[in-house]
Amino acid sequence: MFEDLRDLYQEVIFDHNRNPRNFHVMENYDRMVEGFNPLCGDRLTLFLKLDGETITDASFQGSGCAISTASVSLMTEIIKGKTQAEAEELFHTFHKITTGKSEELQLEAVGKLAVLAGVREFPARVKCATLAWHTLDAALKNEQQSISTE
Amino acid sequence: MTYPIEKIRADFPILNEKIRNKPLVYLDNAASCQKPQVVIDSLVNLYSHDYANVHRGVHTLSVRSTDLFEAAREKVKSFINAKSEKEIIFVRGATDAVNLVAQTYGKANIHAGDEIIITAMEHHSNIVPWQMLCEEKGAILKVAPMNLAGELLMPEFEALLNAKTKLVSIVHMSNALGTINPVEKIIELAHAQNIPVLLDGAQAIPHMVVDVQALDCDFYVFSGHKLYAPTGVGVLYGKQALLEAMPPYQGGGDMIRTVTFEKSTYAGLPHKFEAGTPSIAEVIGLGAAIGYLNSIGMEAIAAHEAELLAYATEQALKIDGLKIIGEAKEKGGILSFTLHRIHPHDIGTMLDSLGIAIRAGHHCAMPVMDFYKVPATARASFAMYNTKAEIDVLMSGIRNLIEMFG
Ligand SMILES: Cc1ncc(COP(=O)(O)O)c(C=O)c1O
Repeated sequence: MFEDLRDLYQEVIFDHNRNPRNFHVMENYDRMVEGFNPLCGDRLTLFLKLDGETITDASFQGSGCAISTASVSLMTEIIKGKTQAEAEELFHTFHKITTGKSEELQLEAVGKLAVLAGVREFPARVKCATLAWHTLDAALKNEQQSISTE
Repeated sequence: MTYPIEKIRADFPILNEKIRNKPLVYLDNAASCQKPQVVIDSLVNLYSHDYANVHRGVHTLSVRSTDLFEAAREKVKSFINAKSEKEIIFVRGATDAVNLVAQTYGKANIHAGDEIIITAMEHHSNIVPWQMLCEEKGAILKVAPMNLAGELLMPEFEALLNAKTKLVSIVHMSNALGTINPVEKIIELAHAQNIPVLLDGAQAIPHMVVDVQALDCDFYVFSGHKLYAPTGVGVLYGKQALLEAMPPYQGGGDMIRTVTFEKSTYAGLPHKFEAGTPSIAEVIGLGAAIGYLNSIGMEAIAAHEAELLAYATEQALKIDGLKIIGEAKEKGGILSFTLHRIHPHDIGTMLDSLGIAIRAGHHCAMPVMDFYKVPATARASFAMYNTKAEIDVLMSGIRNLIEMFG
């Protein structure tokens, strides 16, 4: 029935939506930033633990659609152990695969995150996928205030 | 007489569109309505044969345009049963109309310590202009509460009225919940204390007979685009005495009588509030839309939509995990709902893939979402051209997406 949506709602996304990873409040975090998408009311709080340049732990709280929940859940998994520079690099690559601006999509460069590339075909949903990453970006730049996609 | 649904559907060309290869099921009418051919034709005919600026020239086209423009005002006047065309001010939309009242009536009459009453179910456009005014003036915005069904609590509302209350500004029908407020009673209570009442009729006007004299409201505002007319036009109705006493809104051409560098004098009603070249074609399109609605009859439309709402509600209640947001006894054709563990945005995208257009979001009523402790709802809203068969398509889509989410 929902043939057109198979690229957008892949099984991995349903899985992360049902069982989000790293879904808890973090004690003793080094960074905490709130992300908000006023268009749909999605809200998330991202917590990071840092050891010098390295992100040693990441977790989140909040409520959102399946795309935004899966995106932040996958992100917290993938950034653990990465340096801040690597995480920023990933953010830029992820931005490219979801907005489809680059001709050759570097899907392999983002690993598991490639399941979110389907939002390219749904401009109204791109922000759902990128909210997590904009929040991470703000956290890494140590912008304490909450950020918004608008 | 049976409701001419087939004829009506044939009058709206967009209903033949295929969305993602499926027939369009348009259920986002509370956001904006589709346009019948007569409205589309009115724009094409104007620009093809009659167009020029209005109120300005002695040449033939200017006269034709002006006549069509003023005829639209006359149609609006009759449609809401105002006493005079002078009481019909063309603006950009409901939002513009509320801001006009806040910036003119409000600025002149509302001072530090005064109170304005709104309700817990207002659209942002009937909250923010008052907040801005209150901030500027040191006045106080009071919010009349509602119950979980989405009904205004009348004793609490009544208790808010006092000598400091300078205006009651209330939604006639809520866009987020569908609630139709007991506006007659509200107006009676406010008038007993000489407090004027503004009704935000953006949602009510397409769905019921509105008679501003019978209601005795002081201001009534609505947008054309929710009334099957083009965007960029709306109406502020105000009682003549109130409008006459109000200072002008914007300054410019059309709203003046004489201008010198020392001083200008203002035009009479309604032009005093219509500075600059108006949305000429859109106003004429609004006239065409009203002509179309009159040909079907607002009572017949209201009855048809009431039947759709009753059917949709009955079907929705059969779906496990579906919660209806807004269950007022007096309700218009709006079905706002949430599904257990499925975000409205996902509902919106999934239904779109089936050709079904609904709204997912906060509906410009964030305080309503906060009240129900939801980030957003999905909302199906019905218009004169919708059918029970379309509601069946919606319900089957909802059942299927629940299954897909597992
Ligand atoms: C109840 C209500 N009031 C006001 C408005 C504002 O209308 P507009 O955006 O056309 O100015 C809307 C539109 O969504 C509405 O539903």
